[in-house]
Order: sequence, then structure tokens, then C-alpha cells
Amino acid sequence: MSSNPWVWFAAFLTLCTFSFLWRDNPFYKFAEHLFVGVSVGYTISILYHNSFMPRVWEPIVTNHQYYVLLPTLLGLFAFAIFFKKISWLIRYPIAFIMGSTCGISIPRSFEGYIFKHMQGTITAVSPGLPPFLLISNIIMVIGVITTLLYFYFSLEHKGVMGKVANVGIWYIMLAFGASFGYTVMARVSLLIGRLQFLLHDWLGVIK
Amino acid sequence: MNIDRRWIYLLVGICVIIPLIRPIGLPTFTTPYTQALFDYIDKIPSDGPAVLISFDFDPSTAPELLPMAQAILRHCFFKDINVLCLGLYPTYIGMIDMALSNVKDDYGAKSGEDFVFLPYVPGVTAVMLSIGEDIKRTFGRDYYGVSLDSLPMMRHIRNYDDVALVVSISASALPQSWAVLVGTSYHVKIGVGTTAVSAAEYYSWLQTGQFVGMLGGLKGAAEYEDLIEASGYTKKGTRKIAAMGMDAQSFVHILMIVLIIIGNIAYFNLSKKTR
Repeated sequence: MSSNPWVWFAAFLTLCTFSFLWRDNPFYKFAEHLFVGVSVGYTISILYHNSFMPRVWEPIVTNHQYYVLLPTLLGLFAFAIFFKKISWLIRYPIAFIMGSTCGISIPRSFEGYIFKHMQGTITAVSPGLPPFLLISNIIMVIGVITTLLYFYFSLEHKGVMGKVANVGIWYIMLAFGASFGYTVMARVSLLIGRLQFLLHDWLGVIK
Repeated sequence: MNIDRRWIYLLVGICVIIPLIRPIGLPTFTTPYTQALFDYIDKIPSDGPAVLISFDFDPSTAPELLPMAQAILRHCFFKDINVLCLGLYPTYIGMIDMALSNVKDDYGAKSGEDFVFLPYVPGVTAVMLSIGEDIKRTFGRDYYGVSLDSLPMMRHIRNYDDVALVVSISASALPQSWAVLVGTSYHVKIGVGTTAVSAAEYYSWLQTGQFVGMLGGLKGAAEYEDLIEASGYTKKGTRKIAAMGMDAQSFVHILMIVLIIIGNIAYFNLSKKTR
């Protein structure tokens, strides 16, 4: 059993959070509120020491780099939202962020999200692949085409189009099933992690 | 159909606790994408180009992602591969500190010589792209306040040209950002360690070659731990946190399958009766 008081406190908070499985109660509420408060405090502390001091205070006050005042002012405009008369000032930092992010992301997104994946689908079925991989890729390409056609609403889903769209639905359902299975695995993993902490770090029951 | 859900919580709890206390040792096997990431890191020459590990997760997903981060660190430290540790959000920095504290002493790894712990700098996209120009100008100092210019490891590392692989260990969509922003512009290879929730959507990225390999969830971490142990990269008695949880994982999955089957049988029986 651990002699570290912080491990005992962490175990107490873990059990408080788990108590919600029975029903909502003051212990759970305490743990939840403490978590929110500590998270905000920690983030503010990190931002102050790693962002504000080295990027704003020291350049302006210590190094006399007064051009830093311009981006600082733009950032301060974001707080104008709290004052009704000058709330329009927030449009400037938003516009700057939107413009720069679009300029950086759009061309790269076209290549990364669209062109690369189109290329991967087109070249998936090629001679020379091992038979199992070739069949697997053919199934994948059929899935891509039928799923895209399911979301094509300019043609009524009747006749041949209806049958193809139906195949697309089956592919979508299979994808949802795989995603659900993975989600179950993820949530169970988090439970395993917490119980490993309780059984190993706190109680010392497992090695 | 009206079973109190608390009975299911109890069953799940039992299925997790019993295998943790009394491990069975169910066999596991390595999936191709985990092997691919392992092989890629294994081929990186020692004391040459660095591996940049982006710790893109916080304590809420640490049970899945911290073991894989530690396993990759063990691999790099054993092979004398230089490591850059980066956190893109404030709450991710503590995870880097935790992982390094748990691993570095086993290999005698020293800050500035074997790894550099980069501090938090705001502006996720800007940081990713700025590293491509000059790492030292982006960060200035390491997390401990030491100037990057004075660190021996940073003498030959300037930007992505000196980085062999970026490994994004993430619970969010940041691996996609790494591939789109950094992989596309600077042609750096990207590896992924991700929660099981996100793993399903990254298979298409693996197929296009945008990711060289992937560790998916706790199983991916367990596979990597087994690989580095089998290769002799770990000290005797090193605790395999992820591998220890796989028995419990299997038990709960079997329970889920049984409950889904029972639920479906009950649903169809009820439908027949109401008709």
C-alpha cells in the first residue's frame, strides 16, 4: 500500500468519480469541480510562464522590442467582446486568424485530404499485387464508389442507382460497426488504466 | 431488456479486476502497421537525424498513449537515436515530463545530449511550420531554460531536414495536421500513435503512405512493448503496462459480444410478441 499522501488523494478522487456509476452525489460533484478548477489554473500558469512572459513581457520591457506591441494589441482586441461599445474590435484578430489559417491550410489540405486519397484509391488496384491484397483493394474501391454515390442526391435512388446506394449503406454500417468496436476498446482501456493505478500504485496488489 | 445498467457496470468491473490480479497471459500478435513503425525507427542511424515525438495528449487519454510514448522513448534511447520532445498545448507538457522521468534513468539518457525537451510555445500550426524553418528560433531555450544553442544534440539539428521521423502520439486530429501541414510541405515521414477511437479513420492514411506506421490504442502500445522486449531493448523487469491490460481487454470484449447477442435475441423476441 502506498505511503504517498498524493497517491491516496488521487485514489480518493478516482473513487469519488466512480461513485457517479451508482448515482450523482456530492463526492462526484466535488471531484468534478476540483478537476475543472485545477485544469484552468494549471493552463493559466503554463500560459503565463511559457507564453506571456517570454513572448510579450520580456521582448517589450527587457529587450525594448516595441514592434511586439502590434500583435499584442491585436490579441487584446479579443477581450473587446466583453464590452458592448467596442465589441466590434474583435473582428480584427478573427479576420487575421481566419485569413492566415486559410492561406496556410487550404492548398495543403487539398493535397493532404483530397489528392493523396484520390491517388491512393486510383492506384490501389494495380497488377503485381499479392492476390489477397488485390481482392481487398477491389472491395475497398467498390466501397468508396458506392458510398460516394449514396451521398449523391441529384439522381433519385431508384433502379440501378438505388441498388448501388444500398451497397453504399452496407459499407457505411460496417464502418460504423468497426468504429463502435474501437470506441469500446478505447473506453475499456481508460478503465484498465485507472484500475491499474488503484491496484498497483495505491493498494500494491499487482506488480 | 430492463436490466439495471449498474449490473453491467459490476460485470465490466469484475472482468477488468480479475485478469489484472490473476493474469492469464493470452497470446497477442503484432499487426503489420505496428511492425512497420518499429522497423522504421529501428533503421534510423544512431546519433544522426532525430526523431521528433509530439506528445499530443493529456492525462485523460494517458492510459492508452503514455505506454506507447514510453515504449518509443525506450526504443530511441537504446538505439542512441536523438529525440526531440514537443507538446503543442499547455496540458501536454506534463505528459512529456512524466514519460521522460519514467524512462530516461534506465538508459542513462541526458537532457541536451540524448533528448531535448522543448517548451510550450503557443500557436499549433505556426509552431509546426516554424520548426521547418529553424527550431532554435522557434523555441529559443529548452523546457529547463537552457539555450538550445548550447546543447550538444542541437549542434546538427536545425529543422525538418535533420528529423528522420515525426511521431504524433495523439488523441485528436493532430496526426492529420502533421501529415497535411508538415508531411506535405517538408516531406518528413510521419508515424502515429493514437487512441482506439481514432485508429479506424487512419487506415486510409496508412494506405496512401502518408503515415509510415501506426500504434492503435492500448493494443498497439502492448504490441510495441512486446517488440522492444523481444529485441532486447528493455532492462529485465521493465513493467509492460499496456501488455498487462490485454487480458482484461479481451475479457471485456467477450462480455460485450455476449451482451450484444443477448440484447439482440431479447429485442427480436419482443418484436415477435408485440406483432
